[in-house]
Amino acid sequence: MSMITVKNLRKSFGKVEVLKDINAIVQEKEVVCVIGPSGSGKSTFLRCLNRLEEISGGEVVINGQDITDNKININKVRQEVGMVFQHFNLFPHKTVLENLTMGPIKIRATEKSAAEKLAYELLDKVGLREKAKSYPGELSGGQKQRVAIARALAMNPKIMLFDEPTSALDPEMVGDVLEVMKQLAKEGMTMVVVTHEMGFAREVGDRVIFMDGGYIVEENEPNELFSNPQHNRTKAFLSKVL
Amino acid sequence: MDIISAAIPMLLKGLQVTLYIFVIAIILGFIIGLVIALLKLAPSKILNWIAKVYVDAIRGTPFIVQLFFIYFGVNSLHLVSLNSTTAGIVTVAINAGAYFAEIIRAGIQSIDKGQTEAARSIGFTGAQTMRYVVLPQAFRRMLPTITNQSIISLKDTSLLSVIGIADLTQQGQIQASATFEAFKIWLAVGVIYFIIIYLLTILANFIERRIQLR
Ligand SMILES: Nc1ncnc2c1ncn2[C@@H]1O[C@H](COP(=O)(O)OP(=O)(O)O)[C@@H](O)[C@H]1O
Ligand SMILES: [Mg+2]
Repeated sequence: MSMITVKNLRKSFGKVEVLKDINAIVQEKEVVCVIGPSGSGKSTFLRCLNRLEEISGGEVVINGQDITDNKININKVRQEVGMVFQHFNLFPHKTVLENLTMGPIKIRATEKSAAEKLAYELLDKVGLREKAKSYPGELSGGQKQRVAIARALAMNPKIMLFDEPTSALDPEMVGDVLEVMKQLAKEGMTMVVVTHEMGFAREVGDRVIFMDGGYIVEENEPNELFSNPQHNRTKAFLSKVL
Repeated sequence: MDIISAAIPMLLKGLQVTLYIFVIAIILGFIIGLVIALLKLAPSKILNWIAKVYVDAIRGTPFIVQLFFIYFGVNSLHLVSLNSTTAGIVTVAINAGAYFAEIIRAGIQSIDKGQTEAARSIGFTGAQTMRYVVLPQAFRRMLPTITNQSIISLKDTSLLSVIGIADLTQQGQIQASATFEAFKIWLAVGVIYFIIIYLLTILANFIERRIQLR
């Protein structure tokens, strides 16, 4: 069953059309990486998948629910779709533990003790149990991003969206974050990852989508796309980043 | 000296009235300010406009005119009958509310958009996002300005004596004319105001330091 189905998606900011007729399908347990030059619409595409951006046209079906339909409860859908941002966006006034438990407690009315138990399990998973009582301000960039991933996982989502999760990190921090994401992919999480990490896309991605100028120019299995790109724009982009 | 020490209890009685009015008015004013700030940020032109008219009207008129408008003007309509204390509280609250609204709006807008996006992406509603994520952070940033405005409002309460409220300033007037010791009485009144405002500042600094520790 497909987890994400995007049909003829369009998105405009004012008069500027940023996404032009995007069509894409993501299957359950699939890891899809989105690459492309800056300004090509990768983030906007990702943000349309949980309606963080209002959608101008077309259809976006998430786990069977058309989120362009205004009658659906978008907050319910978002609980199933975790998102990880380039700049982490942890809640600085809450401890690491509270960052993880807030969603389950306030939204799902989970018992505090149960929420904390799950939070500690997730912190174990990202290797940060000992930081549970710290505030985000006391963490390094790589640690913040791993907490942000754990925070999204605390809602037990079916899909995880990543928007350049390692772009704001010092190089020596990137590995730890990618490692957590690899583990997640191995466990069968459905993932859409906007990234500049071509190594990650090649190794972990089931499919790579290349975007340019608001279009999906081409998509393929990683090895195929990287070694045998079909379009000139893909070739030009890859020659710069590989 | 005896005359003065006899006057002090009366001044402290006035201080009680001042503090009573101040505390109630500032709480009401904060609630008004929060509501107006949210109206100002709401995605509705009409609500934005209502909030703007309110804030502009209060900022563009003197406090004493607002006081007379509420106490004499509104009462003259015979729709409600406000006693002087109620009119005083309402005026200070409405006045502070407009200034709080601007402070709170600026505080909310100073919080990074990424905070709201993170909260919404987890599944928080707009209201939950405000309550659990944006306002707690905004409030920390606003505290110094909130304190400042509260001090201004406290000083504004001294104007309430003109509609006959027996506040600290009014008691000062009574005692000054009863004792013929204007210099000493008004010095004492000033010192009492100063101490209260000083304590308020210390309290605010204490709260600020406590939340900064995190
Ligand atoms: N909120 C916005 N308002 C106006 N234009 C925007 C907004 N967000 C993105 N854009 C524009 O949309 C285009 C695509 O942006 P984005 O999706 O962030 O690209 P990418 O993530 O691929 O770098 C860019 O030209 C950008 O300037
Ligand atoms: Mg981007």
